[in-house]
Amino acid sequence: MKNSDLLHETYSALSANKARSGLTMLGIIIGIASVIAMTAIGQGAQNSVSSSIQSMGANLVMIMPGAARSFGGPSAGRGGAQSLTVTDADAIASQVSNVSGVAREVTSRQQIIATGTNTNTSITGTEPSYLGIRNVAIDEGNFISDQDVVNGTKVAVLGPTTRDDLFGVGATGVVGQKIRIKGMEYSIIGITVAKGGSGFSNADDMIYIPYTTAQRYLTGNKYLGEIDIQTASSDVSTQVQDDITTLLLTRHNITDPTKIDFNVLNQASIIATASSVTSTFTTLLAAVAGISLVVGGIGIMNMMLTTVTERTREIGLRKAIGAKRKDINKQFLVEAIMLTFIGGVIGVILGWLISFGVTSLGILQASVSVSSIILAFCVSAAIGIIFGYYPARRASRLSPIDALRYE
Amino acid sequence: MIEVKDLKKTYKTGDIEFQALRGVSFVINDGEFVAIMGPSGSGKSTLMHILGALDNPTSGTYFLDGKDVSTLSDDELADIRKDKIGFVFQSFNLLPRTTVLRNVILPLVYDGIDPKEREERAKKSLLLAGLDEGHFLNLSNQLSGGQIQRVAIARALVNNPSLILADEPTGNLDSKTSEIVLATFQKLNKELGRTIILITHEQDIAEHADRILFIKDGLLETRAPHIKKIAKHHTI
Repeated sequence: MKNSDLLHETYSALSANKARSGLTMLGIIIGIASVIAMTAIGQGAQNSVSSSIQSMGANLVMIMPGAARSFGGPSAGRGGAQSLTVTDADAIASQVSNVSGVAREVTSRQQIIATGTNTNTSITGTEPSYLGIRNVAIDEGNFISDQDVVNGTKVAVLGPTTRDDLFGVGATGVVGQKIRIKGMEYSIIGITVAKGGSGFSNADDMIYIPYTTAQRYLTGNKYLGEIDIQTASSDVSTQVQDDITTLLLTRHNITDPTKIDFNVLNQASIIATASSVTSTFTTLLAAVAGISLVVGGIGIMNMMLTTVTERTREIGLRKAIGAKRKDINKQFLVEAIMLTFIGGVIGVILGWLISFGVTSLGILQASVSVSSIILAFCVSAAIGIIFGYYPARRASRLSPIDALRYE
Repeated sequence: MIEVKDLKKTYKTGDIEFQALRGVSFVINDGEFVAIMGPSGSGKSTLMHILGALDNPTSGTYFLDGKDVSTLSDDELADIRKDKIGFVFQSFNLLPRTTVLRNVILPLVYDGIDPKEREERAKKSLLLAGLDEGHFLNLSNQLSGGQIQRVAIARALVNNPSLILADEPTGNLDSKTSEIVLATFQKLNKELGRTIILITHEQDIAEHADRILFIKDGLLETRAPHIKKIAKHHTI
């Protein structure tokens, strides 16, 4: 039997009962579409998590005071412990290799008062290098200068959200105006460019002041809340992390590593942890979708078994005019594979449309990967073979005499 | 040529054995039109299945064109059916929702013959079976009983078989259509020299053949008219 004849037979068999073929296919369509859509959404979530971590700055290593903790675990209160000093930061800058930038940070949360309005937001006391390390850009005015840091001047740079809260959405002419923090008056020298809410800590709802000013007026001590380090490349982040740990252990006179009073976080490892969480989530979604695919496959098997029974006489006739077992086997197997294949194609299109819908509704930037499409095709063909095999075998084993006699 | 020697067939259902054929021997020469006649339960269907290479005998030999068919495997039997045998069934067994032409082409599909040649051959055998060209592209379920059986005869002819086996071909037809179908068989036999075996339980149907083999209780019976009988002939 030629392949073109096989396709002809398959087409006429499937189109003979369009409603049943269509409904059976629906099982596969839903299964494949949900696998595609779920993995696309999971992949999208993963991308959004890692890009929000990336947006904190490239090749970032963060040092925080307090006992060591794992990412996402309970925090002793960032900035609460007092162990990092300005000289620690100086030592890192001068003694650790592959460090391309250091930004000292003092963090505090305060009530901010402008004329007639007020808001509660995070204040980051920092220095000019922060801009480059944390990927922050200035929209209007200037950022804190070295001079401001040296003199401890009372100047503030506002995030766009904070500006909106205090002066109204999209307010202009804010630079030069005054705000009050903890009873002191600060003049606004700049506005940062919006980075988009990143979930972790919203860089847009923030006020930046010189860290020396923050130490003097807000925290009242010489300690730092955080030191940000930019490494020369992403390859050396582990080396930098290890070197900083060794250096600070020596500087803080700690011999027992379990009594460590600071915490070095490497951006690469944060991304790795976060993506392992989201990929578990993706796997879970895909597994649930996979179950519907298996159910669809059972539907195919059910239909094929019914078809074999219904067409017993036809099978008998085909055998009587010379069809061999393998001809009958092939014919029914191809029918099952064709059902799942067509179902697979429609399912991929539907899954892609769902992902497109999710993206255009702004829920998540879903990304359909080529590998998930290839996988879906392979799985749907495999389902056709697996669930079509038994009915086809049953058809091919029918004796022509019994099949012709069958009423 | 068909040469059957001491053919036996035993069916077993659990502990009960049933001997459907108990030693049948005969020879049918090329170009003969033979009827095998017997009441139901006589073993004529079993004999037809073995002659049609649908089944193996329990013992005995069956030579078709000098080849022993009695011990072949399933797939080898399928090849014999494809190359040497054409079937005409009581219940026609055409594929529904399929054109007349495609139904006749079907045996050639399993033979792997290319589309152009098989279409020509199918048209030729449809004309031989006496079907008008106007019906070739009709669906098989749009035809009358007589027309359907002619399509079935055309299908049995298309692979140029050594033997056409007709199993109660008129069983589902009225007497007028039956005569037309039987006349078609006679024409194929006389004009084209086809070997035809007609299986029936009706005397007047069997009388259309040149020779009648009577079978009863699994054995051939010697009856007065079984050697040579002047066949009833009809003009088409």
